[in-house]
Amino acid sequence: MDVMPKWAEVALVPLISLILAAVLSALVILAIGEDPLEAVNLMVTGALGSTYGWGYTLYYATNFLFTGLAVSVAFHAGLFNIGGEGQAMLGGLGVALACLLIPWPHWSLALLGASLAGALFGAAWAAIPAFLQAKRGSHIVITTIMFNFIGAAVLNYVLVNLMRPAGQMDPATARFPDTTNLPTLHDILAPLGIAFSKSAPANVTFLIALLACVLVWFLLWRTWLGYEIRSYGKSEPAARYGGISPVAITMIAMLISGGLAGLMAINNVMGEAERLVLNAVEGAGFIGIAVALMGRSHPFGVLLAAILFGFLYQGGAELALWTSIPRELIVVIQALVILFTGALDNMVRMPLERLFLMLRRSRA
Amino acid sequence: MDFLTLIQLLDSTVRLATPLLLACLAGLFSERAGIFDIGLEGKMLAAAFFSAAIAALTGSVWVGLAAGIAASMVFSLLHGLASITFRGNQLISGVAINFLAAGLTVLIAQDWFSQGGRTPSLMGGARFGPITLPFADALSGVPVLGPIYAELISGHSILVYLAFACVPLTWWVLFRTRFGLRLRAVGENPAAVDTAGVSVVGLRYAAVLICGVLCGIAGAYLSTALQAGFVKDMSAGRGFIALAALIFAKWRPWYALYATLLFGLFGALETRPDVIEALLGLKIQGALLGALPYVMTVIILAGFVGKAIPPRAGGQPYVKER
Repeated sequence: MDVMPKWAEVALVPLISLILAAVLSALVILAIGEDPLEAVNLMVTGALGSTYGWGYTLYYATNFLFTGLAVSVAFHAGLFNIGGEGQAMLGGLGVALACLLIPWPHWSLALLGASLAGALFGAAWAAIPAFLQAKRGSHIVITTIMFNFIGAAVLNYVLVNLMRPAGQMDPATARFPDTTNLPTLHDILAPLGIAFSKSAPANVTFLIALLACVLVWFLLWRTWLGYEIRSYGKSEPAARYGGISPVAITMIAMLISGGLAGLMAINNVMGEAERLVLNAVEGAGFIGIAVALMGRSHPFGVLLAAILFGFLYQGGAELALWTSIPRELIVVIQALVILFTGALDNMVRMPLERLFLMLRRSRA
Repeated sequence: MDFLTLIQLLDSTVRLATPLLLACLAGLFSERAGIFDIGLEGKMLAAAFFSAAIAALTGSVWVGLAAGIAASMVFSLLHGLASITFRGNQLISGVAINFLAAGLTVLIAQDWFSQGGRTPSLMGGARFGPITLPFADALSGVPVLGPIYAELISGHSILVYLAFACVPLTWWVLFRTRFGLRLRAVGENPAAVDTAGVSVVGLRYAAVLICGVLCGIAGAYLSTALQAGFVKDMSAGRGFIALAALIFAKWRPWYALYATLLFGLFGALETRPDVIEALLGLKIQGALLGALPYVMTVIILAGFVGKAIPPRAGGQPYVKER
């Protein structure tokens, strides 16, 4: 029997967790001698007050959407994929190879090809930990952490020794050809008569991310495979009894998860930098964990959480620009969100459940 | 490669293995009691900052060490609160602790010292200096054994000797005391421990706090002995290498020593590409060598070279009645 009504489960618990995280963050800002209200005001005007701000907010949100969906799909199968960071790194390598090696005639074809390559590389990087979990019983959390480090080393090696153009000092690939440059939101909205900032990096991949959201929802709740993934995540013995193969579901869920993380590269590598640099992912893979936890692993929740974190990211950059608050404040907020919505979930849930039980008794 | 280079290499192996060893033993206590801890990294980082900051402010490295240990224990209590009291997901709690430490250390460092997220450089009594063991100078003339004693064994900071002393101590506590027996039991079968009338919650908190103390020493070593001050993200993945070493060591104290020495050697080799080239006759990219501990751990985890079996109740919160 569910103790709490559905709306409390879906909205109230995350909301209270979020408020707790916000209050603690405000205390942190107070402790370093700044005004929290002023900080919020700066963040809102900086991230949402102009189309330039929105352009950055949506750009970051696109990254977090892909990594958040990646973590969510794995969560539904009962797997904790901490390897989004490494998978997105390798996805970047796939995107860079696709953009540099194939002479694309038009950006739309290039986008299609690069998406496939990015997803493929990301999925491949998730495949080994998935296989080891499914076949050899190695803990996927540990192996995906290890693969983050191995991925960083591989990328470092490839960029320094193989893909760096002759004569260039910084470890990065050459610039991608112009035909692979993706239209920004400015280019898309201008024909519709909507003015949007030219210099903001948000681009057409935001729409791809929204599409990915819908597709993940459809996969999880409207297909046979999604049903198998969810039932395996809820109870492995029951799923096994129902004829679901644990090996197949572990592999498939992790391949989809890795593929989604790898897809992120079409935004940051192809859409923004237009070349592959060493630290292209910038922790977005880890923010995916916070986004998935806050969004309760539901694609719609993930969308809201990704936009919230996009706002925090852009707002945090503005704060660092105008006040003495360093950008690391965002890392603290991210940690608090993970803590309250993930690890301390029961701290919020237990008193609420007691409250709802009391209400029910008094009504009966 | 001549004898002196070898001694130098082994000397830096010892230096680099020390924080790994302390963190690995910390993880050993926690995981043997059934609490997974991927927050070793964060606890080390927090301890590194607070020990350097307090040492810089007071001028005493011992006060700094105490502050580092206290900071690490606060994070341990948070981990305990989430994973023991509220029966939350231990892995997620560890992730949160890592980020909390990464963010808070820079935030506080910037607020206190305004030096771009670092502490001032530590000097004199605010640092752990090298200790010269007795007769080191007198014996350094003796062939072979002299340099080994003078360069390799003598001349480390006190925390290095403490770390190595922790290995037999951990073994003794875990395998020769009543507390150790109960601690291991709570990681294998908490219900049995509970039936015997021993508090599962109490034991697990004790284990998590010991883990905090050891992580605190590891972090203090980083910023007050290995280096002279705190810089942003200075733990640099060492907590995860320690975690790898723990799996490599199959959750045993003596193996933990060997594993961390091996990984320390990799770290030492990374800074000496000339030695590798002389030994193997080919160049190996430093980055690839740095990834070697992770690759080896994955191979061990895959069960191709002996199976690493974690404590049975690891990662599961204990619920008395269902």
